[in-house]
Amino acid sequence: MGPVTQTLSRLPALVPPPTVLPARAAALRAEVRAFLAQERASGAWSPRADVWLSGWDERFTRELGRRGWLGMTIPVEYGGHGGSALDRYVVTEELLAAGAPVAAHWVADRQIGPTLMRFGTEAQRRRYLPRIAAGECYFGIGMSEPDAGSDLAAVRTKADRVDGGWELTGTKVWTSGAHHAHAFFALARSAPPRDVDTGESNRHAGLSQFIVELDSPGVQIRPIPLLTGAHHFNEVVFERVFVPDAMVLGELGGGWAQVTGELAFERSGPERFLSTFPLLTAMLAELAGQPGAEREVGRLVSRLWALRSMSLAVAGSLESGQAPELAAAVVKDLGTRFENEVVDAARTLVAIPPDPGAEAGFARLLADAVLHAPGFTLRGGTNEVLRGIVARGMGLR
Amino acid sequence: MSSDSDLLDLAESIFADTGADLWKTLEETGLARLTLPESAGGSGGTLTDAAAVLQVAGAHAAPVPLAETDLLAAWLLHAAGLSVPTGPLTAVAGDLHVADGRVTGTLTRVPWGRTAAGIAVLTPSHVVLLTPGQVTVTEGTNLGEEPRDTVTVDADVPTTADAPAGAADELRLRAALGRAQLLAGAARGALARSVQYAGERVQFGRPIGRFQAVQQQLALAAAEVAAAGAAASAAASTAERDGCGAASTAFAVAAAKARAGESAGEVARIAHQVHGAIGVTREHDLRLLTTRLWAWRDEDGSEAYWQAQLGATVTAAGPDALWPLVTGMP
Ligand SMILES: Cc1cc2nc3c(=O)[nH]c(=O)nc-3n(C[C@H](O)[C@H](O)[C@H](O)COP(=O)(O)OP(=O)(O)OC[C@H]3O[C@@H](n4cnc5c(N)ncnc54)[C@H](O)[C@@H]3O)c2cc1C
Repeated sequence: MGPVTQTLSRLPALVPPPTVLPARAAALRAEVRAFLAQERASGAWSPRADVWLSGWDERFTRELGRRGWLGMTIPVEYGGHGGSALDRYVVTEELLAAGAPVAAHWVADRQIGPTLMRFGTEAQRRRYLPRIAAGECYFGIGMSEPDAGSDLAAVRTKADRVDGGWELTGTKVWTSGAHHAHAFFALARSAPPRDVDTGESNRHAGLSQFIVELDSPGVQIRPIPLLTGAHHFNEVVFERVFVPDAMVLGELGGGWAQVTGELAFERSGPERFLSTFPLLTAMLAELAGQPGAEREVGRLVSRLWALRSMSLAVAGSLESGQAPELAAAVVKDLGTRFENEVVDAARTLVAIPPDPGAEAGFARLLADAVLHAPGFTLRGGTNEVLRGIVARGMGLR
Repeated sequence: MSSDSDLLDLAESIFADTGADLWKTLEETGLARLTLPESAGGSGGTLTDAAAVLQVAGAHAAPVPLAETDLLAAWLLHAAGLSVPTGPLTAVAGDLHVADGRVTGTLTRVPWGRTAAGIAVLTPSHVVLLTPGQVTVTEGTNLGEEPRDTVTVDADVPTTADAPAGAADELRLRAALGRAQLLAGAARGALARSVQYAGERVQFGRPIGRFQAVQQQLALAAAEVAAAGAAASAAASTAERDGCGAASTAFAVAAAKARAGESAGEVARIAHQVHGAIGVTREHDLRLLTTRLWAWRDEDGSEAYWQAQLGATVTAAGPDALWPLVTGMP
């Protein structure tokens, strides 16, 4: 098999080497678990599925901020804690596994903080980072539009040059939490789709990101009820919304590169395989004492453990300055499918029907998980699109 | 070994060179006894090192008992206080009768039994080192045409020792750990071949890899390869950090072998689908990888076996212990 070596070396690494968490992680994890146990005992909330979309609880978020568990990677001078992304990983995976209400700070803590550290001005950082770390400032994601889903470069929201800034006109959709959030980063077209240097047509050129405060004049936020009727995401309409120059994020015309960088934070975290974990725990409780389900339980657990190993490997690699794009896409593809596998196992193994009216417990978790499941493999880039990224990475496109 | 990437480059160059006497090279470079301590004639490498080398061996479908020699036989003999002979070795657990220096019985499906310079056998009470002159071998194979022989012994065997405590469990774990690495490697090999082929085979006027249906299938296979590799490497890393006797290692190895076994079938299926008819011929090399994937997923504990083990552990521990088990922190 002479040519095999060549064949093998042409295939990119699909997953970084394992991450061994630093010794201090154990103490941090124990603290978070103790806090969660205390919260649960107080009855403040009960474990839910898909909490990072739907568990909006500002008291809980501020409590996390008080304990130093938000903005963990933000430098101390901006109100953060100057820690590592692996510390943040430990905290977030504990919160998700417990089904705790983390939606309020989710976007701000996961991607707004790091993006402001990369691209934000000094004034922008000072304005937002301390409040993000305190759990007092919430963000949405202003990317998708009616005609720009997977094909994000098709955004039509316009940014017109005006005195002292820009005027935004257009419509964003599926904006999670916009009705509670203070601001979002809106991706908009600030120049024609042409390469600045060559003048050739380039649809990735001329896009910029703007920090839009959602109480600005001209911003209208309307609910788009989920199929359950619940209000989580929104349509956000801009009518000549003024955004001062000081609120342009990063480079004018550099929006495409920034947005794709931002998406990388989104893909490989524990939220991509733990959305239904509380259902898995509840399923085990219902199965207690009933023999016969061990194999299916073991199958799910082996898949979960492998996913976590992969996701941690990506986190470690990101922390050391690499950008394992393929591995991140793979985690999200496998992880979101795993979240669905848990739903199927739960309904097959336990004879309790889903009940969306139940206060808590297995029936409620199952109901929420079934009804939210279609979103798992859509949000943040669909699985088909992710597989396209993997195929390109392997040289097929 | 100076660094991880040096070790990988060395392994890559050794397994790629099909002209040479592979086993001889493995002995000369010290890879054949990579994890055996230097004081016992080994290279003193770690389980992580061994995992990396075995993944390369798997990707090349290397026809050598490397896992058997290094991870199993050398470890078992050394742990029992016996000296480790040179040459390719193998190890199995078996119910041989050991009394007054006389060993009798039959071992089935012994990996590489016919070529082994020594067969380390863990009986319920002893560790026994059998040499070729003491046994009769009836040849058999697995699906990948690797030797899986029946070995019969009725001989005076001078090299026996008491079985070390916990050896049966550790042997089972080490075998599964090694097999998981080989599976992960073979899956990667099969994917690499399939990606290559999809770029070369032209139908409807273009390489089949340009069709989105083919791309999506290969991306699914890539996800399985990534999962198998991540699981196998993480299990080795856990075993290295916590030791083979730790509960965390038992959990990790069970999960890794189960996961790698699941990915094997999926990757082999997609590899063959992408290759079309040429892939199912004797002449084509793809079978060297896919038949091993099919064989290895059932050896040293199938998915069903390890899933059941894992499920029993999790069920016995109760719902609140699930997350602590997954994170390895009680
Ligand atoms: C619960 C939820 C929350 C969300 N929150 C936000 C948010 O806060 N902010 C935000 O900006 N967006 C948000 N989104 C939007 C999300 O990012 C989009 O749904 C996603 O990018 C897909 O776009 P689309 O829905 O328009 O589907 P489309 O792009 O129209 O895709 C429809 C189908 O076609 C397939 N498809 C499309 N193109 C290709 C292709 N090239 N090859 C193969 N298949 C293809 C897709 O995979 C999919 O199956 C959210 C979505 C959900 C479900």
